[in-house]
Amino acid sequence: MSAGVGVDLENLWIRFGDFVAVRDANVNINGGDFFSFLGPSGCGKTTILRAVSGFLDPSEGKVLIGGNDMRGIGPNKRPTALIFQNLALFPLMKVWENITFSLEIKGASTAERRKRADELLDMIALPGQGDKLPSELSGGQRQRVAIARALCAEPDVLLLDEPLSALDLKLRQHMRTELREIQQRVGITFIYITHDQGEALTMSDNIAVMRAGVIDQIADGKTIYNDPNTAFAASFVGENNVFRGKIKQVMGNEALIATNRSGDLVARISTANQGKLKEGDDAMMFIRPEAFAIAPDGASGDHFVTARVTHEEFEGNVFNIFTEGDGGKEIKVSLPNLGQSFEDHTGQNITLEYETRNAVLVPAGELAAE
Amino acid sequence: MNNSFLRVSIWVYLVIFFLYLLGPLVIMSVTAFNSSAFPRMTPWECLTFQWFGELFQDQRILNGIKNSLIIGAGTVVLSVAMGLAGALMLTQIWPKLRATYYTVIIAPILIPGVVLGISTLVFWDRINRMLGLGADSFLSNGIFLTVIGQSTFIASYCMLVLVARLQRYDVALTEAALDLGATHAQAFRKILLPFMRPAIASAAVLAFLASFENYNTTTFTFGEYPTLTIELAQKVRYGITPAISALAFLIVALTVFFALLNEAKLKRQELVAAARKKATVEELAGKIKLPSFFSGNMAAVLLVVFAVATITVVGTATAYNPGQCIANVKEQKRLEAEQRIQELRKQREEQRKKREAEEAEQGGAQQSAPKPSNNSGFGNVFAPNSLGGDAEEEGSDSETPPSNNGGFGGAFDPNSLQSDQ
Repeated sequence: MSAGVGVDLENLWIRFGDFVAVRDANVNINGGDFFSFLGPSGCGKTTILRAVSGFLDPSEGKVLIGGNDMRGIGPNKRPTALIFQNLALFPLMKVWENITFSLEIKGASTAERRKRADELLDMIALPGQGDKLPSELSGGQRQRVAIARALCAEPDVLLLDEPLSALDLKLRQHMRTELREIQQRVGITFIYITHDQGEALTMSDNIAVMRAGVIDQIADGKTIYNDPNTAFAASFVGENNVFRGKIKQVMGNEALIATNRSGDLVARISTANQGKLKEGDDAMMFIRPEAFAIAPDGASGDHFVTARVTHEEFEGNVFNIFTEGDGGKEIKVSLPNLGQSFEDHTGQNITLEYETRNAVLVPAGELAAE
Repeated sequence: MNNSFLRVSIWVYLVIFFLYLLGPLVIMSVTAFNSSAFPRMTPWECLTFQWFGELFQDQRILNGIKNSLIIGAGTVVLSVAMGLAGALMLTQIWPKLRATYYTVIIAPILIPGVVLGISTLVFWDRINRMLGLGADSFLSNGIFLTVIGQSTFIASYCMLVLVARLQRYDVALTEAALDLGATHAQAFRKILLPFMRPAIASAAVLAFLASFENYNTTTFTFGEYPTLTIELAQKVRYGITPAISALAFLIVALTVFFALLNEAKLKRQELVAAARKKATVEELAGKIKLPSFFSGNMAAVLLVVFAVATITVVGTATAYNPGQCIANVKEQKRLEAEQRIQELRKQREEQRKKREAEEAEQGGAQQSAPKPSNNSGFGNVFAPNSLGGDAEEEGSDSETPPSNNGGFGGAFDPNSLQSDQ
């Protein structure tokens, strides 16, 4: 795998009139990485992508590709290729013409173009479909044609703007694996934009979590999931239960938090906030639904939560129990279905147990909208 | 019962509606084949193709057609280019200005063509003088002025057609092309222009037709290059002949032909697309050619019928000689005319006798001669001999017989005014 060309954003600001779309973004993307920008719609991730591909100029700061400042260089001169959200396949061109459009621009002969198209069609597993029109392909096939068209331009950086959002669930899951495979085969840098945390986690080497123009955290998927920096990152990526409270006592990397209903609970301070959170600060503790276990009745202590069960549901692979929680939100507990029998707890109080390493403490902040 | 009444009324309405729409065209077309010197359907004299021959020998008409074609081509090029530029501008312009811009660009459609014609003439005349050029310069050339004058408003029509298509254009396509390394010019030529092609074709047809039929603007700007409409208008002032019906028939036939051609082509594309959808890739190559041209394609069938009819008509026209029939009709007319002259003479004779008798009695007489009666619907008030009175009777005897069986009594007949035909 080649080293690839890295992309760096330095103090990047993008404004539209008074509206700040991107606020002081600093990102280093290593060459050959699969890098995702993850955030809800309207958070500015597409804006960043357009700044990298050259469709808009940053208001401040720099976009560097392979160490070169890209200011003033148009999209047709940058070593990037963009896969649009709606794919933007040329409707009047056949598949092979679409794929080799970049060669046509360079003045390649038809024979040369056909040859390259056949190679790429083989790569995307659509051999012999070159003479169809895009409208005659299925959604997943169009998706792959768009990828082939972008790869045909031999970009150093491939930019993908939520390309899977239009596909149905099965196809989306299949395309995730396929995209990852293609990326590893060609070895170039992929920058991927998505609001789907599943996509980001499964495919990416590194993820930047964005909220309203600000990048909250840049890390690999495991870190983002297990050790979020902010309340937003914790609540946006995956399902999470929040407990609000004040820090009562800091004990090294752990802290005791005083909650309204559940009493004092112990939690691990997230890595980025260690040494920053002090006693008396408002804080939020996050525990994943799957990190709970049902404790024997009567158990109590700083890693036990007792709450009344409101309802239960069976989801197949997991059994979900919803209980009243702190601050109006329900607590969701997911117990893996291992063939054991489940009692119906509805209306009863149950005690839940968690391990301290699974409870993450971050400063109180904005939660992701559900 | 109520329902069937409704259905019948709808059919009646449709019949009336299409009669209203197509009736004049049908009648005009039929008159082109009647040998009568004035375009009319009844009484039917002889089937003839002579008016087509006459049409193609009329240098003024031919010249008018030539000028119309040249001006039409020029207008198409200029209007489509300006319309496309205007349409592109409309999608690019700052949204707050868009409504204003739209109004400005649409305004020429609302301005009377006459005003456009005069203003074009005046404006370019000023420019011409400002540049110190003579009356024979390029800027005062009739073709140039007419193309410019017509394009001022035809470009707006084109823009409307083009904007409709452009609104369906996904800007991401241009961005995708740029992203893949194309320059703006390449993106325009390879992506936007092919996308706009159907609309450009429609706009071009529209522009050509609008230019071809334009009279109000052209009448001020044509200079030494009268178009077909101008020529027709000038001709009609001196009375029309069935040669003009023949021209009308040709235009109708050509229109129907191209409409059918277009329809058949669209239908065929549809069928091919349907076939492609069903077929797998392997089958495709062979299968597209297979569906016969006609299956489920009404327009194509009509087109073939039309072509066969054309060939038949042209074939008949070359072989057919209506000379005998025309001679018969002429003979008959001559007899009729003679008979009528005899009657007239008799009447006059009687009148004179009467008058003489009256004069003898009273001395002063009135001249109210009873009008010669024939069977025309208008009581022959327009007939030349009803006005000509006494003087005509001697001359008309030997020369071409005045044909006054028609509704207008031959008032428009060129023979009645000038005897050069």
